[in-house]
Amino acid sequence: MPINYIFPQFEILRDQTRCIKCRVCEKQCANEVHRYDDDYKIMIADESKCVNCHRCVALCPTSALRIIKNPHSFRENSNWTSDTITDIYKQASTAGVLLSSMGNPMSYPVYWDKLLINASQVTNPSIDPLREPMETKTFLGAKKHVIKRDDKGNIISNLSPQLELSTPIMFSAMSYGSLSYNAHESLARAAKNLGILYNTGEGGLHEDFYQYGSNTIVQVASGRFGVHKDYLNAGAAVEIKMGQGAKPGIGGHLPGAKITEDVSKTRMIPIGTDAISPAPHHDIYSIEDLNQLVMSLKNATGFRKPVIVKIAAVHNVAAIASGIARSGADIIAIDGFRGGTGAAPIRIRDNVGIPIELALAAVDTRLRNEGIRDNVSLVVGGSIRSSADIVKAIALGADAVYIATAALLALGCHLCRTCYSGKCNWGIATQREDLVKRLNPEVGYQRLINLITAWTHEIKEMMGGMGINSIEALKGNRFMLRGIGLNQKELDILGVRHAGE
Amino acid sequence: MRYVIIGNSAAAVGAIEGIRSKDKKGSITVISIESHHTYSRPLISYLVQGKTDRDKMKYRPDSFYEDNNVNAILGRRVVKIIPDMSSVILDDSSAVEYDKLLVATGSSPFMPPIQGLNDVKRVHTFMTLDDAVNLLEIINSQSRVLILGAGLIGLKCLEAISGKVASVTVIDLADQVLPSVLDKKSSQIVKEFLEKKNVDIRLSCSIKQAYENSALLTDGTQISFDILVMAVGVRPNISILKAAGAYADRGIIVDHQQHTSIKDIYAAGDCTQGYDMSIEKNRVLALLPNAYMQGYTAGLNMTGEEKTFDTGMPMNALSLMGMHILSAGVYEGEDYTEEKEGKYKKLFYSQDTLKGFILVNDIDCAGIYTAMIRNKTPLSSVDFELIKQKPSLCALAKERRSNLLNGKETW
Amino acid sequence: MKKIKVNEKWCLGCHLCEYYCAFANSGIQDMVKALKDMQIKPRLRIEQNDKISFAVSCRHCEDPICVKSCISGALTIKDHVVCIDKQRCIGCYTCVLVCPYGAVLPSEEGAVRKCELCTSRSDSKPACVQGCPNKAIELVEV
Repeated sequence: MPINYIFPQFEILRDQTRCIKCRVCEKQCANEVHRYDDDYKIMIADESKCVNCHRCVALCPTSALRIIKNPHSFRENSNWTSDTITDIYKQASTAGVLLSSMGNPMSYPVYWDKLLINASQVTNPSIDPLREPMETKTFLGAKKHVIKRDDKGNIISNLSPQLELSTPIMFSAMSYGSLSYNAHESLARAAKNLGILYNTGEGGLHEDFYQYGSNTIVQVASGRFGVHKDYLNAGAAVEIKMGQGAKPGIGGHLPGAKITEDVSKTRMIPIGTDAISPAPHHDIYSIEDLNQLVMSLKNATGFRKPVIVKIAAVHNVAAIASGIARSGADIIAIDGFRGGTGAAPIRIRDNVGIPIELALAAVDTRLRNEGIRDNVSLVVGGSIRSSADIVKAIALGADAVYIATAALLALGCHLCRTCYSGKCNWGIATQREDLVKRLNPEVGYQRLINLITAWTHEIKEMMGGMGINSIEALKGNRFMLRGIGLNQKELDILGVRHAGE
Repeated sequence: MRYVIIGNSAAAVGAIEGIRSKDKKGSITVISIESHHTYSRPLISYLVQGKTDRDKMKYRPDSFYEDNNVNAILGRRVVKIIPDMSSVILDDSSAVEYDKLLVATGSSPFMPPIQGLNDVKRVHTFMTLDDAVNLLEIINSQSRVLILGAGLIGLKCLEAISGKVASVTVIDLADQVLPSVLDKKSSQIVKEFLEKKNVDIRLSCSIKQAYENSALLTDGTQISFDILVMAVGVRPNISILKAAGAYADRGIIVDHQQHTSIKDIYAAGDCTQGYDMSIEKNRVLALLPNAYMQGYTAGLNMTGEEKTFDTGMPMNALSLMGMHILSAGVYEGEDYTEEKEGKYKKLFYSQDTLKGFILVNDIDCAGIYTAMIRNKTPLSSVDFELIKQKPSLCALAKERRSNLLNGKETW
Repeated sequence: MKKIKVNEKWCLGCHLCEYYCAFANSGIQDMVKALKDMQIKPRLRIEQNDKISFAVSCRHCEDPICVKSCISGALTIKDHVVCIDKQRCIGCYTCVLVCPYGAVLPSEEGAVRKCELCTSRSDSKPACVQGCPNKAIELVEV
């Protein structure tokens, strides 16, 4: 290349006095960055290939490596940032749509960080979670508006099917194909152990994982990959994917390189073909159509399983949710604009959709106002990063949360955002056998269990601090939140007062 | 139960450990012609060389006899075995009675009939600790040494003294060094290696006539020396057992449980002619690992526990002035040979099994080859091409390998 | 008793176990000082070809052939662990000749090298088990 428009984003700093030339960095980098030079007898690195995944740094036994941002810079410009300029160079060269992975990294406001949680003091004392029982269990599904009793006074139980969660956290949809087999095994086993659920994503359910069916949500997406009768009946619930927070309005794309024999079998498509999911479900163009699909799925599963409808958080999400709540769906899952993805066009991921905090508040308020809040449970996702985010989400009105990026981080992801290349060095977002090996489900599932256990414990602590002892009592309890640094409009939409009030 | 063992080297120690693994109470008596605490015979050359000392070369710690409740009668020779009276007679006319007897008398250096041998001023053998101590006392920086025999003992003696004397010459009747261990090509490599270290080796050569300080060799040359070391071979010490009526050939014939043909009498070690699996016949295998295993097996059988040892085979591990030579099995069948930069490998195989091998310097993981011979591993069940390149567990089938590395199976 | 269990399914061929083993048994506190600019001397070895890799270390057999064959009595079995007295070993390599796993490693220092389950170190868990990033080497109770 005679003119080098794109300069390497990262620089690799190696402390040569510490380097013992064990060559682990060379062996473990799928991007072939590190090399041993036989003549100079030292390790050298080609930083142009580095994606900053930290695999080498994490494994170096003498901590000899650091990856830093390449200090080579353009003239400072708040408008024309170096990323913006480089994107234009790339498109001038390739004429292509720019792709990236994982969630929106732009600096839009993070409303979780502008909400504060209450604590009890003096009157209405806190509850000590180490001494009192704290109920983190929750049930997802349509609830009845009225309680009917028989002539003996006993409650007539005619509840539609519910999902029982030991803690209000579920693993969100990540397809087999975008994720490795070992990643799925880790998620499935952790879900089973914790008493929560994980989601197959649109890649179908691998036959080896049918054994975890009672902890699985099977997804039906617009491409209908892997959907057949046994599939629908294998899980505890069926989720119709109408949209995804990272890329609202468009479909999914898994490059042919990632469609291995196993992925092809699970998805029911030929090996090596690109798996493209269309933008809309071509049989759903109205709420009535959605109702039809919901009913056929319920019929196919004998009315034993709740149906979830997953939508992306977009401008009129409240109206859409209202329609879905009347369509017979039991649970609405809303995915905010910070949600992750295996691959999405950068412009869509970074500019389309709205924050989940606002979407959640808007939907919860709208459904309550229309008197149909009980028709559905609300599950939200799109960058739930900590137990504090979960507490705030539930206080805003969610029944439970979906986590995905956080789960991958627990498995070893370093958010390098190059999943689309298929060379995930941590064995998570790849189908290459030699890389998938790196994620041992024995290690992975334990880390997931550790994370959720820790979060659940923290949730109990925060609830206890508020003087609340169950998720039910926290749900929609907006009085437990105060905003900070928010303008009146934001406070109104969120339905919370400002701190100090 | 009275266990009596004639001998105090590897086979005897093996027997003691075998017996004690099952019977802590029975009495064990060891009778040895040597007066030393059990020592490792192969280490005598290292003693002369200065690489070990009298203490470190003990085959077992000082407390061995005490820890195992053994009555050691050292420095006494057994002159007669009387099976009908279940007793042995010592050279001081005392008798020791036994319920079970193990004969582990080992072997002795063979003295070939050489004209004028009796005239030679200083003749040494190189077998026992006393031999080594005597030799060490005699040699000095002016000594000229002639070693008769370029086999294992002769070459180890050479290694031991080459830095300490003025000159060493090694002669052998055979046309190659280490005639019982190596093939032509590998022995050539060894010879060249030794000659680079200024060792004088003359093959197809022997002593025609010996004098006080010199000899006339069969090639017509005359050689002067101060010390003559006889290292032409060993003969099993079978006389007392043979006199007692045991079935013997070159060595005492034993079965897979180390029984001799006389009831309650067992034999183990260099004095026996036990089963050699590489030729499927009985053969004298004068090797320490074999001696120990036979001794241990004999010990167990003496306690009444039935145990078989049928995997004896020739094997050698020789380190010689920095060169390492490992070999095992029998050199028959098809062969695969590889030679490069001072490394030599030859594998012998037939009937779908590995039969033997010779390795010079390319010795990593040789035990895997040995295990394949011992286990008669079918070559069709492993990746033989890989095995030819280097011995590796990768060549085994996945399930077998997994079971081996997870304790579910042993070789 | 504890034994090392090796799972070739999870071995990444990264060789970190060899480095951690060599460091742990070097007697030097600092890893860089212990291993820089030298041929490392681990007590286990990685077997590797295109597709598979796994660690091989002494199996501490109940009936160890190496102990029985050792000509100097340097190899002994103590509390189910096969140990080597380096002072007694004269580097004849008989153990290399007989070990069916190829677990005894030749060494330029004379005495051979082999795993002793880190029993002579104060740290309770073997260095290879601790150092493996993917749980391909585990210590199990049998």
